[in-house]
Amino acid sequence: MRKMLLAALSRVLQGPAATAAAAGRTASRVMVASRNYTDFANEATFEIKKCDLHRLEEGPSTTAVLTREEGLHYYKTMQTIRRMELKSDQLYKQKIIRGFCHLYDGQEACCVGLEVAIKPTDHVITAYRVHGFAYARGVPVRTILAELTGRKGGCAKGKGGSMHMYTKNFYGGNGIVGAQVPLGAGIALACKYFGKNEVCLTLYGDGAANQGQIFETYNMAALWKLPCVFICENNRYGMGTSVERAAASTDYYKRGDFIPGLRVDGMDVLSVREATKFATEYCRAGKGPILMELQTYRYHGHSMSDPGISYRTREEIQEVRSKSDPITLLKDRMINNNLASIEELKEIDVGSSTDISACCPQAAPQAPLGLVAHLGAL
Amino acid sequence: RREAPGERGREGGSGGPGLWGRLGGEGEGIPSRHGVRCPRAVRGAGGGGEGEISPSPQCAHTHTPGCGYCPRSARARVPQVTVRDALNQALDEELERDERVFLLGEEVAQYDGAYKISRGLWKKYGDKRIIDTPISEMGFTGIAVGAAMAGLRPVCEFMTFNFSMQAIDQVINSAAKTCYMSAGSISVPIVFRGPNGASAGVAAQHSQCFAAWYAHCPGLKVVSPWSSEDAKGLLKASIRDDNPVVMLENELLYGVPFEMSEEAQSKDFVVPIGKAKIERQGTQVTLVSHSRPVGHCLEAAAVLAKEGVECEVINLRTIRPMDIEAIEASVVKTNHLVTVEGGWPQFGVGAEVCARIMEGPAFNYLDAPAVRVTGADVPMPYAKILEDNCIPQVKDIIFAVKKTLNI
Repeated sequence: MRKMLLAALSRVLQGPAATAAAAGRTASRVMVASRNYTDFANEATFEIKKCDLHRLEEGPSTTAVLTREEGLHYYKTMQTIRRMELKSDQLYKQKIIRGFCHLYDGQEACCVGLEVAIKPTDHVITAYRVHGFAYARGVPVRTILAELTGRKGGCAKGKGGSMHMYTKNFYGGNGIVGAQVPLGAGIALACKYFGKNEVCLTLYGDGAANQGQIFETYNMAALWKLPCVFICENNRYGMGTSVERAAASTDYYKRGDFIPGLRVDGMDVLSVREATKFATEYCRAGKGPILMELQTYRYHGHSMSDPGISYRTREEIQEVRSKSDPITLLKDRMINNNLASIEELKEIDVGSSTDISACCPQAAPQAPLGLVAHLGAL
Repeated sequence: RREAPGERGREGGSGGPGLWGRLGGEGEGIPSRHGVRCPRAVRGAGGGGEGEISPSPQCAHTHTPGCGYCPRSARARVPQVTVRDALNQALDEELERDERVFLLGEEVAQYDGAYKISRGLWKKYGDKRIIDTPISEMGFTGIAVGAAMAGLRPVCEFMTFNFSMQAIDQVINSAAKTCYMSAGSISVPIVFRGPNGASAGVAAQHSQCFAAWYAHCPGLKVVSPWSSEDAKGLLKASIRDDNPVVMLENELLYGVPFEMSEEAQSKDFVVPIGKAKIERQGTQVTLVSHSRPVGHCLEAAAVLAKEGVECEVINLRTIRPMDIEAIEASVVKTNHLVTVEGGWPQFGVGAEVCARIMEGPAFNYLDAPAVRVTGADVPMPYAKILEDNCIPQVKDIIFAVKKTLNI
């Protein structure tokens, strides 16, 4: 009797979960899901790494609460980005994507952790390793792939390409290393000017961190108390140059000098989320800019023309993959704390692969923009 | 005598009587009959020699229309406004009209502007709208462009355009190209303005003309005012334009007064971007110029008129998009073309005009090759005698006209 009641209850509650998965659920899988659904925890609390602090008395919380719903959402988003980047790798090798293609796999926890900690009305700007951010900010995979393949259905109608993707409150997609940082402070200036309590996340890499214009920007942002969160995505290599060979000080979170900073584990989506919440709260309180260094890693080389093994060892890449992969980390956490089942997550894996492959025929046969449209008028 | 920064003077700007005095042409540099030194006076009845000032109210002048030098000219009294005041008016009116407009740059606020263009604006509008920046061109230009992307309408002042080279990546790669790269979803309604080109004795690193540099780039509009009307109308139009606009002013013109009609004084007066103005009608040769050399062209035209050569003087006003139709129509009429600019000769504005004329219908109407009068192809020297000979002078223009007319 009790079992019947439970089964009935779980079928009712299961509704949204059923539509979320890919098509083609077998009866047995439905049974498995419904049997386990009520066994899942609603949420779990995790210890996260304490952040190194610069000019800050207190840092972000060292515990993070993750609900099942949030966990599934983060997992799906990161997995989609991962699969999308791998698909882009394939398309590039098939010469369907051309020019520059900078892939984000390995760094998914950064863009996802940032996005879930801010509001859609906040603003984000980054450099050229942009596909993950474009997706996180709301550009569909199909539109991203269309842009990468130069089709008119792309988010910039094929006129931008890999490095120049934009959407509402997302300003690209900037090819000149470091140039996006003053732009981001300018967006923050507009946030302050309009007085709507919005902030701007201004991202740059460890390579860009040595650009002079960034220090000019630190100065003005601090002087004028702009609501700008400077975020250094430190993936240890600026193209082929390791951080030790490029920077006299590799404590990028301290490079803002008079700007408070924190160094965050960028492979843990929860650490990134908590740190971003902390940082945006700081800015919204009118205290001025703040700097976050996210320690992360890219599996691919700098771009598709870089195999990525001439300046680092395969062993290093493999070690990061096995010990610090952001998706695996989240997966393990969720399974070990009964927030999801292995099968459920596998379904998400398969589902996102299928979805992305489904986007490709859509992306491919679309015609590029007519030549007349390219020249002059938009 | 050249005008020093911050000075205002009746004779400022295009060079005082000394410059015209060198020409040796009849009537140049002769004071007016009014007791007012009028550099454009020509010898008329009464035969006053240089230095002689007659109290007679009568004026036997020939003036270029609207030159504004002679307050007692035969034309009805029209108010005179310096280029500086015209720019100040434009900024004030646009700041008032649209809350999203703001000005940033070095010394624009509490110093009232390095060249006093923004005098009084900080007092009126405060820190939020008039922002003093540190000496960080690349940084503050990028900040201005980012603000424009996020919905504000900044006016970004470069103390001179020489310093814009530090920030040129932000002007070109961030401002000019973004609308296109984003397929129109992000617009950058920004104005970059400041003095451009040669000044007086400021030597090589402070005297470069950037008209050709910026006009080369798709995505930018480039304007270059001469008169006060140009300055005010073009600045207002630029601020209201949703594209990035580079406005190349001229420091030596800041103190020069020009007539400004009632219409030009109104708050809604704009000069359309992309339209040239015919400053003087003529029949024998077309002189095409922009910024300060327009004044030199008019002076040369006055001298040549006495020799029976009627020049048509076109003030480009906008370098990009260039009003080539106006030039073509003029060349069809006059059959001769001389371009005059302050910048270096190679790959310059004049080169572009000549190329386009050759590509268009007006080529068939040319009776002689077009001639360019430009700055000398050297970094600007300091010594006055050298500097004077490195920029186009009235005699160079006259020489070029006579060469193309074969007289």
